[in-house]
Amino acid sequence: MSDRDQTFAKVTQAIEPFNKKQAALTDDTSFARDLEWDSLTVMDFVAAIEDEFDIIITMNMQAEIETVGQLVDAVEKLKA
Amino acid sequence: MSDAATTPDAVRLGDEGTPPAGDLLSKFDALIAERQALLDTGVRDPYAIVMEEVLSPTAAIISGRETILLGTYNYMGMTFDPDVVAAGKQALDEFGAGTTGSRVLNGTYQGHRECEDALKEFYGTSSAIVFSTGYQANLGVISTLAGKGDYIILDADSHASIYDGCWLGNAEVVRFRHNSVEDLDKRLGRLPREAGKLVILEGVYSMLGDIAPLKEMVAVAKKHGCMILCDEAHGMGFFGEHGRGVFEEAGVSDDIDFVVGTFSKSVGTVGGFCVSNHPKFEVLRLVCRPYVFTASLPPSVVATAAASIRKLMHAGEKRAHLWKNSRRLHQGLRDLGYTLGTPTAQSAIIAVIFPDQETAVGVWQALLELGLYVNMARPPATPAGMFLLRCSLCAAHTDEQVGQILEMFATAGRAVGCIA
Repeated sequence: MSDRDQTFAKVTQAIEPFNKKQAALTDDTSFARDLEWDSLTVMDFVAAIEDEFDIIITMNMQAEIETVGQLVDAVEKLKA
Repeated sequence: MSDAATTPDAVRLGDEGTPPAGDLLSKFDALIAERQALLDTGVRDPYAIVMEEVLSPTAAIISGRETILLGTYNYMGMTFDPDVVAAGKQALDEFGAGTTGSRVLNGTYQGHRECEDALKEFYGTSSAIVFSTGYQANLGVISTLAGKGDYIILDADSHASIYDGCWLGNAEVVRFRHNSVEDLDKRLGRLPREAGKLVILEGVYSMLGDIAPLKEMVAVAKKHGCMILCDEAHGMGFFGEHGRGVFEEAGVSDDIDFVVGTFSKSVGTVGGFCVSNHPKFEVLRLVCRPYVFTASLPPSVVATAAASIRKLMHAGEKRAHLWKNSRRLHQGLRDLGYTLGTPTAQSAIIAVIFPDQETAVGVWQALLELGLYVNMARPPATPAGMFLLRCSLCAAHTDEQVGQILEMFATAGRAVGCIA
């Protein structure tokens, strides 16, 4: 597995506890549209991702991230 | 006090019919529908209360009925203090109704100076800047202090004015779990060592009325080289030896760089401020847009604020009575079987938690019909999607009133069926 594949696997694993709708997870899955997360879920999930990768995803960055693929790319960049 | 006015039964937000294409208000359709569905069940609109007459800090006429007020931020009961009212009247006579100008141009009168002097004395700081509202104080100070490349680290449950201050500026914004010292420490540890960092804390969090572990949080923030801003909107007047706020009671006064506060709670009028000992603090008057580009407070308002602040310096008995009221109401509501936001009375705010909006509104309306007004709070203002009835006590509530309040909560809760 490439680094990105590994990050994708870890991110989707972290999504599962919050994936109440059992939506299929691809790069194009949207947090708001497909997973229907509210702001509180986003907050908990972001904290979990930050702790998993030991990074900070600022609220400014969060505003730009809409899909699982974009999050994986952001995590890749931040942990580099 | 005001002339009698009518209370609208329901403010009608939406109208029938399809909105025209490009209607910018159609994004609120879901909210309009939710509100209409609630009002259709026959309850009164919790967000359309009109006080036809205000009798005292703790009583008003609502829909023709004398009502005990348990949902104001008039913690110290200063709104009708004779000295405060007299100071306002005199300023109105001598300086007129308004300043019609910015603090940095024609809008600083003798009264604004005296009000800032009163704040410096109250807080023991070298500087004080008065803003037109507490909201603007946070907008201005936060957006100006933290610029591009700096970091703001804030509690997830921060007040809207703190979040809005972040959006007005260009800093990177990081939030930590509410009141979690460990989460704050972990996040600060991941930020660039050299970057400018502003940690924003509140003494009292107003939705649940819980207080922050400031001693521990301040120690962590200082360990990571951050500057600290503490918002004491709901703590001023009755925490700490001088009533400065939770930070004073926590013994961390020397480590707080900026204290933001408001005149619209314990002080009893309207306005906001920031106090600091930073030698360069006064430069904010020139670069802070929400300070520069708005009209200053009317002379009567700053005069009432100054008179009130000076009286709050010597309000030991009122403080003691407010704490007594808060503890008694907290214990009484717990004994009745209500679920509360804090295990003990931590501030003058006591939040009663309800499982859903219908129950909360039902109890709210039953209380109002019995003659008690409390604040109803719902998401997004509340944390974790909670529906709350927020009670805020006043030093002017008598022992008899607190007894009546508890009786009304017992009657209302049993009528709605949410307590035994």
